[in-house]
Order: sequence, then C-alpha cells, then structure tokens
Amino acid sequence: MNETFTKAMARNIFYGGAVFFFLLFLALTFDTVQSLPKRDHRENITDSVVRGKHIWETRDCIGCHTLLGEGAYFAPELGNVYKRRGPEFIKAWIQGQPTGAPGRRQMPQFNLNDQQLDDVVNFLKWTSEINTNKWPPNIEG
Amino acid sequence: MQYKSQAVAKPYFIAAIGLFLGQILFGLIMGYQYVVGDFLFPAIPFNVARMVHTNLLIVWILFGFMGSAYYLIPEEAETELFSPKLAWLMFWVFLVAGALTIVGYLTVPYATLASMTGNDILATMGREFLEQPLPTKVGIVIVALVFLFNISMTVLKGRKTSISLVLLLGLWGLAIFFLFSFYNPSNLVLDKYFWWWTVHLWVEGVWELILGAMLAFVLIKITGVDREVIEKWLYIIIAMTLITGIIGTGHHYFWIGTPEYWQWFGSVFSALEPIPFFMMTVFAFNMVNRRRREHPNKVATLWALGTGVMSFLGAGVWGFLHTLAPVNFYTHGTQITAAHGHMAFYGAYVMVNLTMISYAMPMLRGRSANSRASQLMEMWAFWLMTISIVCITLFLTAAGILQIWLQRMGTSPMSFMDAQDQIRIFYWAREFAGLVFLVGLVLYIWSFFFKNSEAQAAG
Repeated sequence: MNETFTKAMARNIFYGGAVFFFLLFLALTFDTVQSLPKRDHRENITDSVVRGKHIWETRDCIGCHTLLGEGAYFAPELGNVYKRRGPEFIKAWIQGQPTGAPGRRQMPQFNLNDQQLDDVVNFLKWTSEINTNKWPPNIEG
Repeated sequence: MQYKSQAVAKPYFIAAIGLFLGQILFGLIMGYQYVVGDFLFPAIPFNVARMVHTNLLIVWILFGFMGSAYYLIPEEAETELFSPKLAWLMFWVFLVAGALTIVGYLTVPYATLASMTGNDILATMGREFLEQPLPTKVGIVIVALVFLFNISMTVLKGRKTSISLVLLLGLWGLAIFFLFSFYNPSNLVLDKYFWWWTVHLWVEGVWELILGAMLAFVLIKITGVDREVIEKWLYIIIAMTLITGIIGTGHHYFWIGTPEYWQWFGSVFSALEPIPFFMMTVFAFNMVNRRRREHPNKVATLWALGTGVMSFLGAGVWGFLHTLAPVNFYTHGTQITAAHGHMAFYGAYVMVNLTMISYAMPMLRGRSANSRASQLMEMWAFWLMTISIVCITLFLTAAGILQIWLQRMGTSPMSFMDAQDQIRIFYWAREFAGLVFLVGLVLYIWSFFFKNSEAQAAG
C-alpha cells in the first residue's frame, strides 16, 4: 500500500467507520422497533400464542424446520403452514408422529395435550399473519 | 515459545481439535439422515444431531480463539500472561460445561432438559445456535469475562500493539453481543431481530476482527514483513468489515416482519461485504510474496493463504450469491444458505484456527516447525478438507438451485418433501464428500503424532 497512507489513517477510518455505522444501525433499529407494531400485529399475541412459542422452543422445532426461512432445512417451512394446511391438519400431524415409514425422515412424538396443541396452532396462526413482504414466494414455503 | 505462560494455549488447541472431530461425526450423521431419514431415529433425531453439530462448532471455535489469544497476547505484550492458573481453571470449566451440555442434548429430551435447567425462569433455549441451557449460557459469560480479564490485564501491563488491541476489541465484542442471547421476547419478530445481534454481529462483525488479528500475527511471524505494513492492512480490512457488515445485518431483515427499507440497506451493504474478504486474500498473498525470511513451517503458510482464499469464496462469493433481496426472496431458507454456511465457516473460522494451531503447536512442543513428513501429512489434510468442503458447497448449491426451481418457481410448485426426493442424488454426493473431509481430519490429527527427530530446534 501507498507510503502516504499511514497506519494512523487506517486506524482512524476503522474507528470512525465503526462508530458511524453502528450509530446508523442503532437509528435504523429504533425506527424499525417503532414501526413493528403495524407489521407484527402484536395486539393478537394472546397468552396462548406466548405458550405456543414456548412449546415451539422447548421442542427445538427450529432444529429441523424453518420459521420465516430461518432454522434447519430438513423439514418444511412452518411460517405459513397455518395457511397451507389449516389447524386441524397441523394437530393431527403432530399427534400422528412418527410415521415410522421406512427410510423416510421422522419427526419425534412430543406427547402434547389438547391445550398445548391449540397453543402451537395459535402461535403458528399468529406467525402466518406477520407482514413478511410477501415471503415465501408461494404456499409451499 | 518466548514466554512460559503461552503453554496454556496447548490444552485449548487440543480440546478444539477433539471437539472438531465430534462436530464432523455428527455432521456425517445428519448428512446420512438427509437421505436415509430414519437413521438412528429415535435415539438421535435430526434436530439433536444438528444441535450437537453446530454447538460443537461454536464451542471449538471459541476454544481455538481463546487458545490463540493465550498464545498471541503474551508474545505481543512481551510479558507473561497475567494469570496462567486462571486460564487453566477456565479451560476445565469451559470443557466440563461444554461436555455436560452435549451429554444433556444426547441423553435427555430437549423439553426435559429445558425444565431441568431453569428455562421456565428465563426462557432462552430453542433458538437456532443458541440452544444451550441457561447454566451453559451463564457459564459461557463467566468464562468469557474471566478470560477477557486475564488477557486485558496482560495487555495493560505490557506492550500495546495494534494486533492485540484489535484482538481484544473483537473478543470483548464477542462477549457483549452474546448477551443478546438472554433476550427472548414473546414477539417472534423482535426475538428474531435481536437474535441476529448475536449471530450476525458475531460472524460478520466482531469475529472478523479476531480472525484478522490472528492472521496478521501469524503473517508477521512467518513472513517477517514489517509490522507497520501488516497492521495498516489489518486496520483497513477490519474497517471495511464493520463499515459493510454492521448495516449488512439488514440482509437478515428482508422477510421476518421488518420494514421494507431493509431490502435496500441489506442488499447494498452486504453486497460490499466481499470487499474486506478480498482484501484479506490479497493481503495474505502479498505478505507471503514479500517475505523476508524462509520460515521452516511451510504448512502454516499454506493454512494462512488458504484462509484468505476460502473465506473470500465462502463468505464473500457465496454470501454475495444470495444476498440481494430479489435473489434472496427465492433462496432464503434453502440449501443455498446451507452451502454458504459450510464454506464460510470453514474458510474463515475453521481455517484461521487451524492456521494458528499449525503455527503455534510446534512452538508449544519446543520446535519452530514439524518434520517434513509431518508437514506433508498436514498438507494432505489441508487439501482433502478444503477440496471436500468445496465439493460439499457445490453439491448443496446444486441441491438448492433445484429445490428452488421445483418448490418455489412455476405455476405448479412441488411440496417440500416431494422436492427433497428429487434432489437426493446431491445429498448422497454431499455425504460422500463429508467422508473425504473426515479422512482429511483424521490425517490432520495423525500429523501430530509423527516422530519429530529431524525437526528444527525451537527458534
């Protein structure tokens, strides 16, 4: 690199750039958090939705599935599964696992009771209503 | 080895390599489950294997970072480590905590593990990469703080170089951004938004500072190029890293409920993220070409150059491939992401750790370089692992393109599982490449057990 461009200049660009862009990031975050209520419809987060998210987490669903495209890619996207399959199918599916079909991917049996199944469905319903800028491209997720 | 207390790096490196082997074995289990779905079910379901695979990766990379810092900091600060005892204590705390966590994943249903470990008091579990039970997360914070105290005190009492300053900044950032793993609001959108503050600001932010510092240190040692030159490069690389990478977080905010303007911020800034990685490649080759000494440790040089190239390909090129919002609309959450993840992690954080280990381990064992035979074996390991990760990436990319074509394009898209059935051949190929990777890793480990009678004396 050029001799007139010194280490001190490089260091200043580093500190200046890091601070500036971190502050910009904070500002954008502030704006995002302000505008989220209109997009995530948090008024619909009921106790059941909260419990459903807890069940989602404590069964490590994200270890196989994606949710809004994030997670593992071993099993279908579930952000829009409520729209794709509907509540009854989801509950029957969870209860029917594992299928035991030889050689096929298997989902564990989680022994959820009726209320827990409803909670999971309510969580997935709320999730499917988040404004995701029209993602995923189609109903298959 | 110039300072006695650097020796504490050795157990960290050994643990790192051991956990690395475990990570690869579980990767092979998962790869096989992709084609033979019921393999090891219900003993090790896919999600458990994946937790073990990714958590072992994180833990061994952290072991590598800490070991590297314990080796690097005394030499840069020109003083003994503040407290080698504390470093040994934290080694055992971290190893036992890590081992218990993995045993917990493998032996107890995750929901039971969660209720056993206080997840009902403060729910932090069940989010990708942050699956660790609460006591493990607290343990990570404690280990990190004690470690940071130890190396910060060492730097404070010694010489303060740019390399140790950048390393410290990166490591402090690592600890600070990990604190977001304790924030888990019931609103999924907020949860995801701040989850990325740990995950993205780690791997595309502060970890790159650590990477840069480690690479710069090894390059100074093996090339003998003037420190001023190397540190200038380091600053300009990490400046570009943070200038592009912080707002680049926006590429994760396209489709999770966050405002549309992130599609612009995320696309533009993350499209620039390859720049620092490209500079890293140019930097590594430039310094090696301008070397002022012929260091006997040839294989460490190979790893250093490899880090530059592979991090550029994996993080830079494969990242750019799917980072523009209109492209990401189709690729988000497919095998394309998995392809990128594998090459980026290997190219950047696996390779920089292996670079450091390759340089430091012979020193820690009392010689400036290993014997020719040992180095040759390690070079075979380098090429086998690197070529197989390239193949894994290419196969997963092919799988991803087909997956998108079948499942997300056209008027009659296939369901997820139907599409998966169509791309099985690529998953088989990936598994085969994974086995080659394992062979490479075994050769790598074997290279440590060579007799080194003809090795050069410690320099």
